[in-house]
Amino acid sequence: MATIKIPTPLRSYTGGNAEVNVSGATVSAILSDLTTQFPDLRPHLYNGDELRNFVNIFIGDEDVRFRSGLDTEVEPGDKLRIIPSIAGGR
Amino acid sequence: MELVISTELHDRLTHHLENTFPSEGGGFLVGHIKGDTRQVTEVHLVENTFASEEQFHRYLAEAGAFQRIEDEADARGLSLLGYFHSHPDHPAIPSEFDRTHAWPYFAYLIVSVRGGKRAESRLWELAANRESFIEGQLSFSQAVFEEKSNNGNH
Repeated sequence: MATIKIPTPLRSYTGGNAEVNVSGATVSAILSDLTTQFPDLRPHLYNGDELRNFVNIFIGDEDVRFRSGLDTEVEPGDKLRIIPSIAGGR
Repeated sequence: MELVISTELHDRLTHHLENTFPSEGGGFLVGHIKGDTRQVTEVHLVENTFASEEQFHRYLAEAGAFQRIEDEADARGLSLLGYFHSHPDHPAIPSEFDRTHAWPYFAYLIVSVRGGKRAESRLWELAANRESFIEGQLSFSQAVFEEKSNNGNH
């Protein structure tokens, strides 16, 4: 079992919880478990089957893009976090 | 959604956006939530980290800034309410780029800056189906003056 911290704008989809217990051996499996527990999260994390560009997944202080991306292995007790990159433009 | 912000904090963020003109600027809004009303108590100015040649029409706050400001808000029992950014020489209306990159529940304060001077501020919220923005109510308080009045300092 690992935990994942939910960013403020998505906490209304997790019953107000800032942290959720999740299971899975990889980041991809963890996100699958998360969106199975809270299906309304999915359209805000994924565009179709692709993780949205501005969704960043961290394990500890490290962005998984600098490891193996969604295939990055997750150990029991790991602390994951979803961090949005905030972007806008005219 | 209603967003209540003091004129002092609104002046602070719009001055920042005038200073970043002709590039876009932005930052985060922190405060309290009461029902459908968000009360801004802090404004955090955040550097635009989009590629410099694109900053005339794009704004990006890097993940580390979000992480730091959210952690500080959580630790103090406050909420990250949303963010603000400028539209240089353009209306304060969300673009398609804004919509595709938007997050639910957040307050989106867009400030039109024309010729380096603030022109208009409007509040928006992403619709639940992500297909559009809904305009909210932006309200200004005189919190600083009220506090002085309560203390008898006029």
